[in-house]
Amino acid sequence: MTPSAGPIVGSRSFLSRLREGDEIAHLITFLFAASVVLVTLLLVFVLWQQSVLPRHKFGFAFFFTRVWDPISEDFGALPFIYGTIVTTVVALLISVPLGLGAAIFLAELAPQRISDTLQFFIDLLAAVPSVIYGLLGIFIVVPLMRTVIEPALKDTLGFLPFFQGPAYGVGFLTAGIVLAIMIVPYIISVSREILLAVPREQREAALALGSTRWESTWKVVIPFARTGIMGSIFLAMARALGETMAVAMVIGNTPTISASLFSPGYSIAAVIANEFTEATGDLYLQALVELGLVLFILTFILNGVARLLIVLTTQKGSRTAQV
Amino acid sequence: MSGRLRWRKFVSGFMLAMTGVCALVTVSVLFFVLGDLVVHGGTSINWNFFTKLPAPVGETGGGMANAIVGSAKLLLLASLIGVPIGFLGGVYLAEFSGSTAAFIVRYAGDLLNGVPSIVIGIFAYAMLVLPFKHFSTIAGSFALGLMMVPIILRSTEEFLNGVPRALREGSMALGASKWKTIQAVVIPAAYRGILTAILLAFARVAGETAPLLFTALGNRYWSHGWNEPTASLPVVIYTYALSPYDDWHRQAWAAGLVLLGLILVINIVARAILSRGISVPRS
Repeated sequence: MTPSAGPIVGSRSFLSRLREGDEIAHLITFLFAASVVLVTLLLVFVLWQQSVLPRHKFGFAFFFTRVWDPISEDFGALPFIYGTIVTTVVALLISVPLGLGAAIFLAELAPQRISDTLQFFIDLLAAVPSVIYGLLGIFIVVPLMRTVIEPALKDTLGFLPFFQGPAYGVGFLTAGIVLAIMIVPYIISVSREILLAVPREQREAALALGSTRWESTWKVVIPFARTGIMGSIFLAMARALGETMAVAMVIGNTPTISASLFSPGYSIAAVIANEFTEATGDLYLQALVELGLVLFILTFILNGVARLLIVLTTQKGSRTAQV
Repeated sequence: MSGRLRWRKFVSGFMLAMTGVCALVTVSVLFFVLGDLVVHGGTSINWNFFTKLPAPVGETGGGMANAIVGSAKLLLLASLIGVPIGFLGGVYLAEFSGSTAAFIVRYAGDLLNGVPSIVIGIFAYAMLVLPFKHFSTIAGSFALGLMMVPIILRSTEEFLNGVPRALREGSMALGASKWKTIQAVVIPAAYRGILTAILLAFARVAGETAPLLFTALGNRYWSHGWNEPTASLPVVIYTYALSPYDDWHRQAWAAGLVLLGLILVINIVARAILSRGISVPRS
């Protein structure tokens, strides 16, 4: 089978290609493409090289120390790593069921036109910038959390260590909720694509065996698409880890490690945003760059895993469809 | 109908209804965001907002003309950096590269796409602020341009690859060289898609705040030329929202409404361009 789209591989002499501009165009486009690779390598190099001081001084202890004291130049990242993980987990606990539910509705249930319209709005939602969510977070979500939601949680689930302590409004829970809203669109868009790639025969077989619509979705379609959905979750997780502005505006910016989700905290991205311009001294600045390096490595791994999982599922879908 | 079957049907109907609720809740967030911005910011948008400099602390009134111009300058320069690299890199991927080179460039692009925006800011700071010892429009634009590259790169490649082979064969059969074919036939056939990608990349970086915090910084006054710190709408929203002044809060809402309006309009236009018929006549 010959492809019906894509470039043609020609076989003319080098000289004639040079005369007609082919070789020059090749060279110029190559230089631009190469600059993408160079800049990416440079980014990794700069992060590594600009964080040499704290890496040598603190080593791996950097990740397990709770102190963050710019005056005595003693830096440990544990509260920020903790805050990043807690807010991301809270965000996933909310956004995965919500996003998966919406994706099922869009892919399995809604008629094409409604599904496309809703997807259009969800794409727009994904385009809302972080700082706007932060703005709404400060003036709408934080007061709501302080006066209504956190007291209500304390009354009903207060026996759990997560829902104790004073309700400040700002804190891990609020940051997690705002993050959840921000990553839901990613989960929906990717999961919807994955679900749409599940072969029709899978659903028909389940329905023909007498299962209800929900059983065919939950016990056949979802397991078939499981790896791809995991991929979409990893993708959303990478987004949540690196999300800066909205979190910085509602997390409370206090380096604390506390089991209570009501407690104000701090995240890696937020501390970089807040302290980078006022960092005095090389060690302080480089400690912040090392936090950036940590974020980079985490998102690098998560994105890699996500892409692999998504490719695996879509391939599985097309392979089964051909059989 | 047995009780078991009735139960299964009830579960099915209930769960399917719940998925609909999930979809509605998510979509309603968009209207909630828009509604809030209009309610809180709509009344503060007036002529002064677009034409005046910020008023001194403690005085009410003033506008954000400098932030609007600053954002425009940042985005213009960012596009001048991001569009050529992304577009020509994409042409290389689709038309010229061998599979190994393509893999490396694609991988680098994907890597760049996943880098958190705050880390891009650190990179731009180390490259263009640290050596020159001052914050500048150029550094901010470099960070934003870098974020545009991967989006444009991959979309250009995808849309060029989608151009039917018959079009290329027709052009080459008429004696056109490969470059002539690409430039006169392939790129025009894919231009709607590429334009959409460029607009979406533009809209994406228009709202970015984190990479500007320590590259373009901010400025209460006009920024002259390209080498001074400059105000920008997203950063002003951030600083005003965290300030203790009610008047600044009001202006932050107004700026948020303007910014989101701009981004949503660009998004809608971009999608309209793409869906206005397929860019290539099907043969």
